[in-house]
Amino acid sequence: MTTTRLARTAALALAMGSASLPLAAQGAPAAAPAARRIAPMLIKNGTVITVTNGTQQNTDVLVENGRITRIGRNLTAPAGAETYDATGKFVMPGIIDPHSHMMADGSINEGSLSVTSMVRIADILNPTAAGGYRALAGGVTMINILHGSANTIGGQSVTMKLKVGRPISEMLPPTAKPGIKFALGENVTRKSSNLQPGQVRRYPFTRMGQEEVIRDAFTRARTYKQQWDDYRAAMARRPAPTNLVAPRRDLELEPLVEIVEGKRFVHAHGYRADEHNMLLELAKEFGFTVRTLQHALEAYKIGPEIKAAGASVSIFADSWSYKIEAYDAIPYNGVITVRNGVTTTVNSDSDERIRRLNIDAAKLVRYGLTEDEALRTITINGAWQLGMEDRTGSLEAGKDADIGIWNAHPFSVYARVERTIVDGETMFDRQQDLARRAALAAERAELEKAEPNTAPAARGQGGAGGPPRGGNPNGGIR
Amino acid sequence: MHRFNEMAASVAAAARKGAALGAAVLLLPAAAQAQLGSPNPNWGEQGTFAITNARIVPVSGPVIERGTIVITRGKIAAVGTTVPMPLGAQVIDGTGLSVYPGMMDAGTAMGLNEIPQGATPTVDNAEVGSFNPNAIAYYAMNPHSAHIGVTRVLGITHVVSSPSGGIVSGQATIANLGGWTSAAMTVQKTAALVITLPRAGGGGFGFGGGGGGGGGGNNADAARTREKQLDSLKALIADARAYAKAMDAHAKDNSLPRPQPDVKLAAMVPYVNGTLQVIMPADRAVDIRAALDFAQEQGLKPIISGAREALAVADRLKSMNVPVLYSHVRTLPGREDDPFDINYSAPGQLAAAGVRFAITAGDGGAEVRDLPHIAGMAAAYGLSQDDALKSVTLWPAQIFNVADKFGTIEVGKVANIVVTTGDLLEARSETKYLFIDGRPVPLDTRHTTLYNTHKDRR
Repeated sequence: MTTTRLARTAALALAMGSASLPLAAQGAPAAAPAARRIAPMLIKNGTVITVTNGTQQNTDVLVENGRITRIGRNLTAPAGAETYDATGKFVMPGIIDPHSHMMADGSINEGSLSVTSMVRIADILNPTAAGGYRALAGGVTMINILHGSANTIGGQSVTMKLKVGRPISEMLPPTAKPGIKFALGENVTRKSSNLQPGQVRRYPFTRMGQEEVIRDAFTRARTYKQQWDDYRAAMARRPAPTNLVAPRRDLELEPLVEIVEGKRFVHAHGYRADEHNMLLELAKEFGFTVRTLQHALEAYKIGPEIKAAGASVSIFADSWSYKIEAYDAIPYNGVITVRNGVTTTVNSDSDERIRRLNIDAAKLVRYGLTEDEALRTITINGAWQLGMEDRTGSLEAGKDADIGIWNAHPFSVYARVERTIVDGETMFDRQQDLARRAALAAERAELEKAEPNTAPAARGQGGAGGPPRGGNPNGGIR
Repeated sequence: MHRFNEMAASVAAAARKGAALGAAVLLLPAAAQAQLGSPNPNWGEQGTFAITNARIVPVSGPVIERGTIVITRGKIAAVGTTVPMPLGAQVIDGTGLSVYPGMMDAGTAMGLNEIPQGATPTVDNAEVGSFNPNAIAYYAMNPHSAHIGVTRVLGITHVVSSPSGGIVSGQATIANLGGWTSAAMTVQKTAALVITLPRAGGGGFGFGGGGGGGGGGNNADAARTREKQLDSLKALIADARAYAKAMDAHAKDNSLPRPQPDVKLAAMVPYVNGTLQVIMPADRAVDIRAALDFAQEQGLKPIISGAREALAVADRLKSMNVPVLYSHVRTLPGREDDPFDINYSAPGQLAAAGVRFAITAGDGGAEVRDLPHIAGMAAAYGLSQDDALKSVTLWPAQIFNVADKFGTIEVGKVANIVVTTGDLLEARSETKYLFIDGRPVPLDTRHTTLYNTHKDRR
């Protein structure tokens, strides 16, 4: 496996030319993961929800070297394999959340400028954040960690496998497509926030201004790209000129050039149909495709336009009415986008909600999707949105072993996760979790005795972004 | 049963009728247009309805695998495997469907706010000031809130809608989720008083406002502020008691002076004399204990709402027989090293500890419809499925002393009935028919109207 991955990484490095991220980067040379031996695992006799090849009863899944190597009946465990009896249980691909802010340590909003394409979520990752483990306990194995939505063009995102506690370099699959956050609408204009004394309104304050900010940025990026194209063309001449100076590198415009060249995916936050349409039209003019419209609460109003633009949507299952822009949100949104042939996913945007994306997807069945269609919204479709569809998102031989084992059909409210496996490694095991609780409690009690201070007060619901609960809106911009 | 003696048909006849006429027998009014202000469609009249051949889950007793339920003039008139069929009943063939009592969320601000962020004119759940016992949810409940239609189609048929903010927030109203006016919706106009004890340095609880507690400054200042607020609360309670006593005395002997009528004190009377209960929001164990102490000292009948750390106070809640409105199934664990399922599993543990509770979504309005899925999640983590169902039907009705009307399918109870394609708590189940107050409720909402407007665009 290591050799293959190294080879792929090397090929990628050649293809990409310059490296913009020195460490643990996606779409750029990355250090090969440390070669660790993970025992093979044979998951026996489960109901296997493959997503791409139907649901198969009494079926085994063989995991070796981090990959699924076989799916079938009566498979034999290789030497040294752990055998997991999944009789009566459901085996499904790990859930993928295309909109998260977990595992990022500190603010995810560089909101000081309208265009902050130079900043990187990859620089603020915390591999041990508690949210990661809680998400694993909800069957999630991969997330798209996005910059916030405070500005029109936000920072660079990162795709993470939830190998919580492992080094960051092992958590960022090198073949995932680099991404970037855009944001449209009220989160950017800050229309519903009150000015503090002495504070001035920030540009852009309207959706017109947002269009202009993006147009201006891509106009500059186009010029910048031309400078590099001219330079490279000149340097390619033989004999190579000796008196040419390379254009000055521009870390703001470089990611935008990557977008235009199809090397970086745009994940664009927005609520209203008109703002999404604006971006789709602008993207067409500048020659790129928007990979995902995030939230897209009104995508159902412009299904044909989204389809024609080659974009996809990543939505909340049914959140609505928490602000004006969410008043036209309907739980049938995903049904209409799917019927329009638009690749659709359900996301959480929340450390809380990510723990129950299976139920969010189940809701879409109530509103009109088939179970198979609804399953895709939390698995293979998300993999596609992150450029990882050849590696994960379904149970197929050859794919990464990202697997959830559930005690009931994952669409049942009575279901819970027994095990979550990422790249062949068990990252959550309910039985182990239960077994170690007494020891952890004892350890805590011991530590508390040693501390002169009392136990820290239990905190509130930290970190949860997305739609707020009740009438107590979370003013934070996610 | 006497009202059906004009005709006593067998269940077999009812089944034939149901099969022959089908579900189309039930005529539902047309949907209203989806516009702000009137998004909930008209609903039908109270009549006589029979749902036949259905799986009936009465909650009060064993499941009837194939039975009939008869609704007449707003009430459940009959239920069983063989029941007399009233003349002229509109018959619904319930083959393959399940019938449940409607759910009750006892922890909402339903109708009091529409769009919490950026549309403050639509938010009416929290008054200014610390003491507002005379603020009553009933008067701010918007019967045309889109939340009402969207919530009820998930099978939630009645709610407690509570004000919040300040120390004495106001009085909660129990309402059916349907009706053209507040009066038509209302089951009990004043059902409970909301009191949030001030916390030193902390705000109040609840959906907004948060007048309780001393702000900023140092700990000593904060503690002093809290003491002052607590003293004001105690004085209000003492004044209300004195007021009630003087009113009583005057009533018995009108030669005694009649106290000056006082709206605020009058509002407090049923709560200080123990006629009605007091909802006390409290999440931390220390705050729950403080609420119990205060209620005991002041002779109030408390219901603890929120109650995140109720388990730590389970013994006292049980011994004082204080019920809990638990709203934290989905709340993230408070500490990094808490078990991941600490709040998922709390209802199961509360049940095992013998604490009376109901599960609530703990939401102002829009997301109250998640109530069944929240109860289901509690069942995934330790609560029995039967208890999960009770925690959103019978138990909240019992806590608010309306179990004579709601919470089960029993003859004589209000016909708040949901007919579904499957388990009531499952996210995949669909609601096929809905009755509130014995009226057939169309399943159209603001959402279906928007859906129908756009679904065929290609």
